[in-house]
Amino acid sequence: MAGENAGGVAKRFLYVNRRAPYGTIYALESLEVVLIGAAFEQDVSLAFLGDGVYQLTKGQNTKALEVKNFSPTFRALEDYDVTKLYVEKEALEARGLSETDLVVPVKVVSAQRMAEIMEAQDVILSF
Amino acid sequence: MLHTVNKSPFDHKALESCLKFARQGSAVLLIEDGVYAAARDTAVSKQVQEALQSVSIYALKPDVEARGMQDRVMDGVRLVDYGGFVDLVVEHNAVQSWL
Repeated sequence: MAGENAGGVAKRFLYVNRRAPYGTIYALESLEVVLIGAAFEQDVSLAFLGDGVYQLTKGQNTKALEVKNFSPTFRALEDYDVTKLYVEKEALEARGLSETDLVVPVKVVSAQRMAEIMEAQDVILSF
Repeated sequence: MLHTVNKSPFDHKALESCLKFARQGSAVLLIEDGVYAAARDTAVSKQVQEALQSVSIYALKPDVEARGMQDRVMDGVRLVDYGGFVDLVVEHNAVQSWL
């Protein structure tokens, strides 16, 4: 039920992702925390800013790099009722990317709109 | 001289510094998050295109593929595998890593 759960009132959680995948562990760790947190039935949103948008690019193939390709996991978020994925418009544009280059449906928002979304949260977790 | 860059050009100045100091005829190898500099139509692609006039630019294929950039690599940037990385190191007198 929206706004309530067994532990009381659900809080608004925002996970802010600013790092590209694979170069550092931040992106994978964020996704792990999102999945763990999903069990607590909170109001969860994910924000992808700057290089964070690279986490969602299609066509990732980590076979030769010999690390786990975690990009398909973003498609599983829907099963955990994590459906609010916000992507910074300016970040996509600077990287020559568009919404169709991403593995999941997202809401593309301006940096200004993103700032408003951040403002509306109870808890922000930064990666 | 072989230069390596392992940081995203959108998040760090490593590529910019590298290209400032890379002399004519040098080789630049993009690795890890540095490979994003090899993509077409980005905010830094013009800078990379200009650098291609005077230096050879390579990108490490396993890092390019991991990041889904294989279909976006700009003309003039050559992809190398791990063996190619070793060859570049052997061919050049010294390696400067722009960390």
